[in-house]
Amino acid sequence: MLIKKAEDIRSSEITPKSLYLNRRKFLAEVAMAGAAAAIGVGLKGTISPSTSVLAGNKIDGIKKSSFSTTETVTPYKDVTHYNNYYEFGTEKDEPAELAKNFRPRPWKVKIDGLVDKKQELDIDTILKMAPPEERIYRHRCVEAWSIVVPWIGFSLNELIKKVNPTSKAKYVEFTTLYDLGQMPGQRRQVLDWPYVEGLRMDEAMNPLALLCFGMYGEDLPNQDGAPLRIVLPWKYGFKSAKAIVRIRFTEKQPTNTWNISAPQEYGFYANVNPNVDHPRWSQAKERRLGEFLKRPTLMFNGYGDQVASLYSGMDLKKNY
Amino acid sequence: MQRYFKPVVFLACLLPLGRLMWLGLHAGLGANPIEFITHSTGDWTLTLLLVTLSITPLRKLTRQYWLISFRRMLGLFAFFYGSLHLMTYVWLDKFFDVHEMLHDIAKRKFITAGMTAFTLMIPLALTSTKWSIRKLGKRWQTLHRLIYFSAAAGVIHYIWLVKADLKKPLEYAFALGMLLMYRIVAWVVARRAVPKHVGEAEVIAQ
Repeated sequence: MLIKKAEDIRSSEITPKSLYLNRRKFLAEVAMAGAAAAIGVGLKGTISPSTSVLAGNKIDGIKKSSFSTTETVTPYKDVTHYNNYYEFGTEKDEPAELAKNFRPRPWKVKIDGLVDKKQELDIDTILKMAPPEERIYRHRCVEAWSIVVPWIGFSLNELIKKVNPTSKAKYVEFTTLYDLGQMPGQRRQVLDWPYVEGLRMDEAMNPLALLCFGMYGEDLPNQDGAPLRIVLPWKYGFKSAKAIVRIRFTEKQPTNTWNISAPQEYGFYANVNPNVDHPRWSQAKERRLGEFLKRPTLMFNGYGDQVASLYSGMDLKKNY
Repeated sequence: MQRYFKPVVFLACLLPLGRLMWLGLHAGLGANPIEFITHSTGDWTLTLLLVTLSITPLRKLTRQYWLISFRRMLGLFAFFYGSLHLMTYVWLDKFFDVHEMLHDIAKRKFITAGMTAFTLMIPLALTSTKWSIRKLGKRWQTLHRLIYFSAAAGVIHYIWLVKADLKKPLEYAFALGMLLMYRIVAWVVARRAVPKHVGEAEVIAQ
């Protein structure tokens, strides 16, 4: 239906030119910065090894996915310079700037709650749990704009199966890093830090739910949730927690951060639904970045075939 | 003095529009240009409303009474940017869908507040001519007190619009609060000074 198979489309055919231009510009900037540092013009400390080495690292052996859409991919520059990531500022252009010194390595993720074995997993151990796939997903923000992003990762269920939650586990909760030094936006109490999101276990086990560590063929940029985030294409963007340091399995429904901030506006489920208005915005239409006219928003963001059955019998007006 | 200043102020008031046009022509409006234009014109409407409201305190406190000659122009520019702001909503956001707009105005309180703020500016812009001032006499001043309510509705529009970060709208609210406080204080002081001529005192407090 709406999800077309895209196995026969090569990444080079769909990735916009601007990405390649940007990549060259980045290389040129790194080269220039390096040259400047070499002749000692006081650039000390401005290029930290973590950012200059990690940003733009290519990921090898990426498999295609039948979940990918064939829609036009949003330019890399827009996806990296228009971010809702309050840990790095509440303005959309702030994360690109304020996440520059964020260190996505070394990184550990705590696995706890209702699991057989509580443990701390190194990010590189997690990345080896399954082969990386490219998933070109539509991504719909609750603010009625949308993008199409070629994410890289594998189904969240690959990790869940490996860490073995007990039969009591009904929900899974994700916690974002809380670090005032690295995330300057957390110095202001605009939200109840750290950022917490959650899913019902059957939602988390759905193969569409992506454990993501890259995009556009490369490592995830800091401002897009490095080094590890989730991507839930049938839900509003705020459900997709970034910079995850803890995955906890629970019996009770987790309380998610935006729900604490404004319960009448942001629910636990937050499924994309053109028929249920947000108090501030109509959700019937959306503006795809780069397009002038608005386009109609699709139920479950067009992923109904995969996920509608998860919510059969539920009142989606109440469970918004 | 004002003869030379007026064109300068006029051109300065056109700078925000010029900047938008320049950025638009040079792909500088970011990933979501329509949102950028909406925010920018909204910001300048509020800023110019507050600048207009600061003319009276400024001229009284500095005794630079000639400043009054800029007030009408600044107020009209606030209306100008308010109109652009409304146009981006009507055209670029709603594409002239009247039904959808009415639904928005009724349902979303930040839109209700914004529409109120703009509507209150319309009679002020219409009666900004010398002829209207003469014709309306004392009623002109009473009518033009609507600017206090328009500015307040504009700030409320902004407060109700933001999701979590109230910093910027509260900065506007603080500035407006100070400007209104000046008027209250001036009114009380004038009333105490000349208790028998309350009518005159009100005029001074304007």
